[in-house]
Amino acid sequence: MLSRIAESLFWIGRYVERADGTARILDVHLERLNHLPTDERRSVARELLGVMGARPQSEDFGLEELLHALAYDKHSATSIAGSLGAARENARRARETVSSGLWESLNTTYYGLNQHRKDVVGTYRFCHWVLERTAMVSGLADTTVSHDDSWLFLALGRSLERADMTARMLSTRDVLSAGMSWVNMLRCAGAYESFLRTRRAAFGDQHAAEFLLLDRLFPRSIVYALRDADDCLAKLDPSAQRVGFINDARRIVGQARTFLEFHRTDDLMSELPEHMERVQKAVAQASDAISRKYFNQADELAWVGEVS
Amino acid sequence: MSDLFQDYSEAAGRTGAYDEMFAPGQKARQSYGQVAGALRELSLADVSARADSMARTFLDRGVTFDFAGEERPFPLDIVPRVIPASEWDVLERGVAQRVRALEAFLNDVYDKMTVVSDGVIPRQLITTSAHFHRAVHGFEPAGGVRVHISGIDVVRDAAGTFRVLEDNVRVPSGVSYVLENRRAMAKGLPEAFGQQLIRPVEEYPRRLLSALRKTAPSGVDDPTVVVLTPGVFNSAYFEHTLLAGLMGVELVEGRDLICRGNRVYMRTTAGEQRVDVIYKRIDDDFLDPLQFRSDSMLGCPGLVNAARAGGVTIANAVGNGVADDKLVYSYVPDLIRYYLGEEPVIANVDTFRLEEKEAREHVLDRLDELVVKPVDGSGGKGLVIGPDASHDELEALRKRIIADPRGWIAQPVLQLSTVPTLSGDKFGPRHVDLRPFAVNDGDDVWVLPGGLTRVALKEGSLIVNSSQGGGSKDTWVLAGSPQVPVERLPRPSVTVRERVSVWPVESNWRDRQSEQQQQQISDAQEVPANA
Repeated sequence: MLSRIAESLFWIGRYVERADGTARILDVHLERLNHLPTDERRSVARELLGVMGARPQSEDFGLEELLHALAYDKHSATSIAGSLGAARENARRARETVSSGLWESLNTTYYGLNQHRKDVVGTYRFCHWVLERTAMVSGLADTTVSHDDSWLFLALGRSLERADMTARMLSTRDVLSAGMSWVNMLRCAGAYESFLRTRRAAFGDQHAAEFLLLDRLFPRSIVYALRDADDCLAKLDPSAQRVGFINDARRIVGQARTFLEFHRTDDLMSELPEHMERVQKAVAQASDAISRKYFNQADELAWVGEVS
Repeated sequence: MSDLFQDYSEAAGRTGAYDEMFAPGQKARQSYGQVAGALRELSLADVSARADSMARTFLDRGVTFDFAGEERPFPLDIVPRVIPASEWDVLERGVAQRVRALEAFLNDVYDKMTVVSDGVIPRQLITTSAHFHRAVHGFEPAGGVRVHISGIDVVRDAAGTFRVLEDNVRVPSGVSYVLENRRAMAKGLPEAFGQQLIRPVEEYPRRLLSALRKTAPSGVDDPTVVVLTPGVFNSAYFEHTLLAGLMGVELVEGRDLICRGNRVYMRTTAGEQRVDVIYKRIDDDFLDPLQFRSDSMLGCPGLVNAARAGGVTIANAVGNGVADDKLVYSYVPDLIRYYLGEEPVIANVDTFRLEEKEAREHVLDRLDELVVKPVDGSGGKGLVIGPDASHDELEALRKRIIADPRGWIAQPVLQLSTVPTLSGDKFGPRHVDLRPFAVNDGDDVWVLPGGLTRVALKEGSLIVNSSQGGGSKDTWVLAGSPQVPVERLPRPSVTVRERVSVWPVESNWRDRQSEQQQQQISDAQEVPANA
């Protein structure tokens, strides 16, 4: 398939997943932010923004600014609205490749972005609406796009972003001064019920972190998402069957996954923020490697010297 | 008739135009019987709700055009334009005839120019056309076709006669709305489809792909076709995605292509892949910075050489614009006689050539009564309608004509025919034109039944271009007899594997059960007989 289209599909996957992850994180943290005294609320808002990979634009950064930056800012790739707008724009550029169901659900979502109240209360509803819409988009991608290269690029973007988002979710616990309960952390990932059933309520913090990091069966755990990404990469490049990998992206993703899987949980927990940073870095590097290998574009002025 | 059409006849009568739906005296024409019947059953609220729903569907589906950087749904009116079979027969023959003549003309223009030496058309007229490209002189395009896709604009004058308004054999657009309008109308006004047979339009992408493949460079077994778009900011981007999508081919931008050794390749995730046929949706001027505008980033350097060497087919061929020149248009009836030895099936609109002194003086005296158009314009750009123009505008126009008489033509103001169109709380007469699309595969010219009916949404306006506030209508061509043989195209042969049933299906199992029960029943019935 066309490199340019493959790139668009990869980013549709990433942006939709980013909107989903951001909505989850915002939803859970808003609840707590509301209960904090004003000063503390401001500092936590700043830190939360930092975890999501952005910097406050002004000195005067509070709850309202946080909502704008994470939910409604159409010009930022960090916000939900920005991510969904970018996903839709990518789909528009790949429209002949994606299914009409996928395109229409993204397009309708985009037009629905403006129809929400932008205060704290409205943002809860907004977040839930976003979770519904992204679930729908994902579902349509899975059921209406052939699972050939086009879907693989989309799924690859989605799983890498998911690993990144869960890492950010886990970072929020230690970075934000007023620590957050693990119950809420699990709720962030939609993992609470799964976790309870798996561990039968006999759990502590360590088990919850372990679940989100290492569980091989829960789809939003980091290890699961990285394995998904690796599967996609393997299908995209079936050449490496017997010995070694020439695919940088596979090496990076595989190293990150095995690093986590073969560490003692205690050791991971004691340096959680560092490890989560490492996961995010690996995702960024893998993304670059994928760009280099598959999305090779002409330089802005690629002249082939063949003058008549 | 419900009160939706109250006062309609009177309003239609005032325009002095031919009304497509109503004959004089409020009586719906026979071809509109089913549509009129369906609308009669609806209240204003029903009609508005359906129109709203159609507009919303278009926005959700992204059936839009780009207007000053903003995506807008292309307005679709709920009353279709209906063309009876007998009238369509004329249009179909006329359009195909015109395409054949223009194809012959372009072949001649870029070769021996016998049309000039035989005195049919002045040489200077051709060589001064803005779209005459010497770069393609003297080569036969791969596949032998120049006009693969054409859109011939026709209008109906006050007497009800169809006339050709202009030819588009460069990059005619709008066919996507034909396809989308039909989909929307099937849901928006299903009652009107009723018993009558409306000729389908969905065959277009298959016909187009088949023609593009057929005209591939020789020696290519399974040609790769792509659609070349200037990109997402082009006003017709939606159409480019739709056509590529419906043909199942890649939609490429110039930067996706590479020319090497007079072959064209596209960059894919599996490396470079050869491209054999390019359906270009870019103006010639932007196609190849080596040949045309060197500042263009939209095309791909080397494309024209590759086409010249026969390494790739470009549809429509480079240089076709000379046939779109409105001064050349005025000669098309002569071209039909010259190349085909036939009389034109559809007449032109009377046209003054301003290069000719007598005509120019006549026109300059009557500027306020005529329409004046630039010869190389499209989309209604630069057109001046005399009766609507101010004194200053006309004076400015006069100066421009005197400075460049080759650049303009003049025509009488035509009262384009009208069709009822929803506006506010009632139907009003609005002027329409029609763009039938034709696909030419070298052996045969196929005309899509119908085409794009564009409608001027502003009361009294004669300008139907979407960039100037026009909308569209679904165009229905009625089949002559209810038993029209469905045309079938040979499809590429596909090996179908025999279905092997692995699991016994449920219904099968039930059949066996009932079979057995029946057996038992008949056994049981037999018992008393034996007893």
